[in-house]
Amino acid sequence: MKKSYYLFNPVRLSRKDNTLQFTPFDEQGNEAGPCRYIPVETVSDLYVFGSLDANSALYNFLGKHGISAHFFDYYEHYTGSFFAKEYLLAGKMQVAQTRHYTLRNKRVALAQKFIEGAAFNILKNLRYYHNREKDLAASISQIEKYATQISATTEVPELMGLEGNIRQTYYAAFDTIVAGFTMENRSKRPPKNELNVLISFGNMMCYAACLDMIYHTQLNPTISFLHEPGTRRFSLALDLAEIFKPILVDRTIFRVLNKREVQPSDFATDLNGCVLKESGKKTFVKAFEERLKETVKHRTLNKSVSYKHLIKLECYKLSKHVMGIEEYKPFKIWW
Amino acid sequence: MPITATHVNLYHVCHRELWLHANEVRMEHTSDTVSEGKLIHETAYPQRAERYREIVLDGVKIDFYDPKAKVVHEIKKSNKAEAAHLAQIKYYLYILEQNGIEGATGILEYPTLRITETVTLTPTDRSEMVKWLTNITVILNSLTCPPLLHAPICKRCSYYDFCYVGE
Repeated sequence: MKKSYYLFNPVRLSRKDNTLQFTPFDEQGNEAGPCRYIPVETVSDLYVFGSLDANSALYNFLGKHGISAHFFDYYEHYTGSFFAKEYLLAGKMQVAQTRHYTLRNKRVALAQKFIEGAAFNILKNLRYYHNREKDLAASISQIEKYATQISATTEVPELMGLEGNIRQTYYAAFDTIVAGFTMENRSKRPPKNELNVLISFGNMMCYAACLDMIYHTQLNPTISFLHEPGTRRFSLALDLAEIFKPILVDRTIFRVLNKREVQPSDFATDLNGCVLKESGKKTFVKAFEERLKETVKHRTLNKSVSYKHLIKLECYKLSKHVMGIEEYKPFKIWW
Repeated sequence: MPITATHVNLYHVCHRELWLHANEVRMEHTSDTVSEGKLIHETAYPQRAERYREIVLDGVKIDFYDPKAKVVHEIKKSNKAEAAHLAQIKYYLYILEQNGIEGATGILEYPTLRITETVTLTPTDRSEMVKWLTNITVILNSLTCPPLLHAPICKRCSYYDFCYVGE
């Protein structure tokens, strides 16, 4: 079973024979501790938060093994990936995917499905906490009202607006769900307070996880339906992330805050906003990884699948939709 | 599109898989069964590489061909889909014949089961082969994907999640 590796501390990564060597180093660039060796076959991808020292031989080696490295800046923004060479090229799939983007009604139909799935999963979260003595009735009925309007939209920007309204109502409910923290408004780049930091950080993790799963299918990550295909972003990952954010990110946030795994002392606030300290990052990443590995019994496949695999299954469904095999139905949490 | 031995093999397993494979929707990389098979293929007969040749004829690749004895070897992991394995070898023999090599035979090998089987091309096979190839061409050129197979073999197929994920 391949694993994701998260690098927080400054490390020199090199190829040693046919395996990976991790050498920690200090500010002066001197070795600071014993090397660790990790068999390359067990690595699925690298998430680089700290400083990484590596040469082209290493990247060639990673590329050969299909290992991507995702990079994040000081504020945990996703800055880019070293993407191993595409190994699943499918011309026909690409053409089919593009056609679904260019034909307006086909594109809107898919975009609606993403929002529909996202809204459903958001409502599921709210109802869960509503049943646990948090009064969220107003938010629930408001979002339900928005959700009924999804199918009536005819343009993508209109749909995006609706999605914005749903999210705003939803995020406003975070104050009620998480005691001791306030949400205020959603703020980004940089986020202004603790909840906003966790949302940004979590969304970025979710985005990277979706991107990683798309990479292992024939879909092209740059051709998206809800989000506008961007030149610098793998926007299909953003589309998929909409569906999974409530389940993967928001639930993890509620968990780490309500169980006090992440505390106010894990954040640092300064003039430019709020950042998550390394301790907080580690705790959150650990909780997020656990979430991805958690399994559920799949209804139609009749076997246990991990949350991470659910993302991949979503890619399969999307592939089948664009190839005209089976209509896409968004993932809706069923338990 | 040239018809490969894989196409002939898949035709005898699942028409849907044949179509998906031909449309470049590949799943082999996700399958442990496939990598196991590959490992067996690479390690079962370590001495073979020196005497045998890999040949390519009409876009069809034969991994182990013994030109002196005119024998095609095909290594498989398990005999669960034996009909498909036999069809694959018969297609090799058919292609050899089309290229002027008469009287070649095949050996189907299951190293882990310690079973080997001799395969020859009979007149019935030749006429069957023409039918197979016509049907395969129809499937490859079809714009729609064949329906689900709903067979016990699906459970072990690398396309299982893809095919049966539903909602």
